[in-house]
Amino acid sequence: MRMIDANTMGTPAVTSGAVPAPALKAEARALDFFYGEVQALRKIDLPVWENRVTALIGPSGCGKSTFLRCFNRMHDIGEGRNRYHGEIVFHPDGVDILHRSVDPIEVRMRIGMVFQKPNPFPKSIFENVAYGLRVRGERSRSAIADRVEAALRDASLWDEVGDRLHDMAFNLSGGQQQRLCIARALATSPELLLFDEPTSALDPNATANIEDLINRLKEKVSILIVTHNMQQAARVSDYTAFMYLGELVEFGDTNVVFTNPKKRQTEDYITGRFG
Amino acid sequence: MRADVTELPVSIPIPTGAALAAAPVNRFAHRRLRHVGELAIEVVLFAAAFSAVAVTVAIVGILVYESAAFFSHVPLVDFLTDTQWTIMFSEKHYGVAPLLAGTLVTTTVGLLLAIPVGTVTAIYLSEFAGARTREIVKPVLELLAGIPTVVYGYFALVMVTPALQFFMPELPGFNMLGPGLVIGIMIIPYVSSVAEDAMRAVPVHMREGSYAMGATRLQTALRVVVPAATSGIVAAYILGISRAIGETMVVAVAAGQQPNFTWDPREPGATITAFIVQVALGDLPHGSIEYQSIFAVGLVLVLMTLSFNLLGHLARKRFREAY
Repeated sequence: MRMIDANTMGTPAVTSGAVPAPALKAEARALDFFYGEVQALRKIDLPVWENRVTALIGPSGCGKSTFLRCFNRMHDIGEGRNRYHGEIVFHPDGVDILHRSVDPIEVRMRIGMVFQKPNPFPKSIFENVAYGLRVRGERSRSAIADRVEAALRDASLWDEVGDRLHDMAFNLSGGQQQRLCIARALATSPELLLFDEPTSALDPNATANIEDLINRLKEKVSILIVTHNMQQAARVSDYTAFMYLGELVEFGDTNVVFTNPKKRQTEDYITGRFG
Repeated sequence: MRADVTELPVSIPIPTGAALAAAPVNRFAHRRLRHVGELAIEVVLFAAAFSAVAVTVAIVGILVYESAAFFSHVPLVDFLTDTQWTIMFSEKHYGVAPLLAGTLVTTTVGLLLAIPVGTVTAIYLSEFAGARTREIVKPVLELLAGIPTVVYGYFALVMVTPALQFFMPELPGFNMLGPGLVIGIMIIPYVSSVAEDAMRAVPVHMREGSYAMGATRLQTALRVVVPAATSGIVAAYILGISRAIGETMVVAVAAGQQPNFTWDPREPGATITAFIVQVALGDLPHGSIEYQSIFAVGLVLVLMTLSFNLLGHLARKRFREAY
């Protein structure tokens, strides 16, 4: 296993004004990904800064979700010969989480994920949030109850469901279900949270709630978010990466990428000329 | 605009102003031919759908009619409370309990084998097996369902019972344990196939949600997929129960055909179905009490499967998940 010292990584390529440079949480290095023989990602280098929101934007099929799913090894599930080349180094450990010595389950225990479509389990609200704790073997009822409440509060859902924790999760509205899924991910205190187009199935109100939540959550957790909505990327993220055809075209401070992109493709995409 | 309108493929001539005034033609009138065609097809579809209902009603009607004749000779209380069924003997007892016990014992033995094995098979095929394994195992399992039941009957008589006697030397040659186990083997494919379909219908994004929480395959299968598929799994069990209750040849061949009021599967016994075969194969005069009795017990059988189907329906409604 290759160990990397986080301190040698240098400062972020772009720092946002007076804010001190954050620490590095994870970093993709020359990452290639293949679905069987089809190469979906090409030589991607991307830093993920601690307590910051990094947005991945790009047209459909550009590989942004594929890239996101490398971070929690979701490509390891199911059939087919999916291959990773390159590294994703996770800090502060300095471990390449794609290395064969790494257990994908351990990766997923520290890197949470929220999906495009709310996907609560066929269980009560309480049991949905407690799921990660139970899977980790937590048995103390009071510890579980405390963590469930804290996670629901962090996900701004406690006020709405605190008095009906034992209702089925399917009875919640779409926006509430998505916040439940966020609470579920938060309950196990992940260090990095992956969002895969978390608002694409939600109405504008619910979307605004989730965006508020993301803005607040970054105090606790580093966030990597895929979105097809450029306004959303501009609203919630500190850094933006523009991907196209499996390559990372441009990465930088969100304000810079949106107001003064360096690459022509980025400019064309964010001004709506294609995509 | 009128010139354009006349170019439309309309068979009825479009009346011009003068003609319209002279002989009013309703261009929007019903087209008789179209309606006749539609109606004919509708009648055929209805007849097809109704035939199944009609057959069911006819069967129940005949069962009830002949049973009524039976119960005019035999008090219902005797039928329900007597513990002997000796209808073929000179001293007749009409207690359905021995046949009912035989049916319940063989069914229970079968289910004790088929439900665990079928469920585990379904979980394995749905959640663990690779595509290639599944492609081999599924057709082989479904082949099990295609074997004629009389073959299973001989399998119970000449293979399973002797094998059981190796462990239980006092086991009689005809017993309910062997046929019960063979019924279990027979219905494994029904249980596993329907349960597996239910589990595979659980959406991928729900499984991914579980994996993303750091769950293992087994945790995902048992804590998310099985609860999500409960209604379909219950349906699989109900199908298995109905098949086990209705199974005839295996018990007729290997269980001994002796109406025997016992809950011990090691003893010989007769089920409702085995008794019906026994009587229906003999040359009994139409209208005799023995002849009528098969309708009475047949009615009991129908009521049993019906109540299980109702239970299954209720369970499915109760557990239906809206994902």
